[in-house]
Amino acid sequence: MSAAVSATRRQQTISAWIFLAVPVVLFAIFLLLPVIMAIGLSLTDYAVIGEFEWVGLANYARIVDDPIFWVAVRNTALYTVLYVPAGLVVALGTALLLNRSSRVSRVFRTLFYIPVVSSTVATAAIWFWLLNPQYGLLNAVLGWFGINGPAWLYESRWAMIAIVMMSVWAGFGANMIIYLGALQGVPGELVDAARVDGAGAFRVFWHVTLPAISRATFLILTLLLIAAFQVFDQAYVLTKGGPGNSTLTLVYYIYDRGFGRLEMGYASALSFVLFLVILVFSVANARATGRERDR
Amino acid sequence: MSAQTSSAPARTAAAGPVITAAGPTPDKRPPTARRILGRSVWTLAVVLISVTTVMPLVWTLSTSLKPEGEILSSYLQLLPESPTLANYVTLFTDGPFGRYLTNSAIIALGGVATNLFFGGLAGYALAKLSFRGRGVVFSLFLGSMMVPGIITMVPTFLVLRRFPLVGGNDLFGEGGAGFINSYGAVLIPFAAGPFAVFFMRQFFQALPDELGDAARIDGASEFRIFWNIYLPLARAGLAVLGVLTFQAGWNSFLWPLIALNDPEMLTVQVGLAGYVNEYQTEYGPLLAGTILASLPVLVVFIFAQRYIIENFAHSGTK
Repeated sequence: MSAAVSATRRQQTISAWIFLAVPVVLFAIFLLLPVIMAIGLSLTDYAVIGEFEWVGLANYARIVDDPIFWVAVRNTALYTVLYVPAGLVVALGTALLLNRSSRVSRVFRTLFYIPVVSSTVATAAIWFWLLNPQYGLLNAVLGWFGINGPAWLYESRWAMIAIVMMSVWAGFGANMIIYLGALQGVPGELVDAARVDGAGAFRVFWHVTLPAISRATFLILTLLLIAAFQVFDQAYVLTKGGPGNSTLTLVYYIYDRGFGRLEMGYASALSFVLFLVILVFSVANARATGRERDR
Repeated sequence: MSAQTSSAPARTAAAGPVITAAGPTPDKRPPTARRILGRSVWTLAVVLISVTTVMPLVWTLSTSLKPEGEILSSYLQLLPESPTLANYVTLFTDGPFGRYLTNSAIIALGGVATNLFFGGLAGYALAKLSFRGRGVVFSLFLGSMMVPGIITMVPTFLVLRRFPLVGGNDLFGEGGAGFINSYGAVLIPFAAGPFAVFFMRQFFQALPDELGDAARIDGASEFRIFWNIYLPLARAGLAVLGVLTFQAGWNSFLWPLIALNDPEMLTVQVGLAGYVNEYQTEYGPLLAGTILASLPVLVVFIFAQRYIIENFAHSGTK
């Protein structure tokens, strides 16, 4: 009997590794190897053409003194500061609106979700038309209220704000769905009890609903932050980083250095810095959710 | 509400959070002025938000059907006066837009096929086969989902370019362009993503072990057990994964932008991005291209939306 069991186990081990072979090999070639290469490349002046040398930490020293890097950091920080709270509030607000079990609210759920389905490029093209200073729908609507809309993508003060608006519009539906799932798990008795104690709608929301969905809030916050740090498509399609570098983001800068000017060593150092920043947030998230689970 | 609690606690729990939203609850109390006002405010709010999310798409469709002269002169008019497909025709006659659509279809559908098959196989192995190292492999896949694409962007390009014996390369990866500018450059790195493995593993784990044990006693091979018994039971999971993979493949931008730059090899997203700057004033073809670039994912979404949204809600809360 035990011989039969161990034969089955051996058979299963062999089968398992055959089944896992392709994903494991791809993991090694396209994730593990590139991460190691990125660290190595960041210590060289590799530029595709010609010989390259080890330069130690020179690339990292160069980052500190690179004024355009700091412009990209500032722009990415501005985008993050605007996009993350706006994305969170819109997702929660719409989820609260639709948190009722009726067919009507399911229809609106689908309508709210539609922008998520389109690609960032299609979304950007649509907004390119919406944001047209003269013929765009947005300035036309603002005009009805007597507001003279700005030139949006052509003004350095407004370009990033326009990209933030577009990104919130394009992405809130996905986080709204996560919030709707979490709101389903808020214990009804707790809400009822607070009501009986005379708490108003706002107090119930603040003291009962919000704490009960804190895990979803944390997850969404992390997703938004990680996405914000890596914003690229919108800036590339709409403004090419302009006007006057006002929408040059970190990933755009890395792309431009690595594939525009072929400074792949320097680009690797830049991407490694961004990677470390994102890692800090990912680990913080993993720890916080782990602690939640232990409680 | 309290009367319902004793008879149907589950229902009350589901309906409970409704109270937190400003608006009516589905009970049978007589409508008061306050409740009618609440209902009206709610309806107004959701309709306004829907207009914001849907209107830009409708307006894009409408503009794409207007002749060139009408686009700017009657830009606020929702229905085109003399609708035309001229902008769509321009796309196909002026540039290789048909080629872009074909490239995107090959990349998106190829990605679906490989991810379903290899993701299913690997997910099954991690969920249903017992072997040493299972935990390590699973943790590696799970951890790799946290690695942002930006860190691997430059090295992955070099790996594909210097791949030995491919695309004119010799044994040492010299001489040619490797996989760059071929479908392989986009298909191979993402052929069996960690998300597909993780997603299918979660799905297989919910299925009972006994089905496989019974077949094993009958002498069925592990692949037959996977293919004939478990895979058919995972159809719903495969469908959701298929739709998500199709969307991700069709919509992907940064990697195709880097790996495919031969004009004949561009995807529809990269091609369209070029139009934004090229057709600064020609909105007609740009917006017609936008519609064509969005249509496949929108159609797939409309057919699968219930499964997608529900699955998404689960993955977020578990």
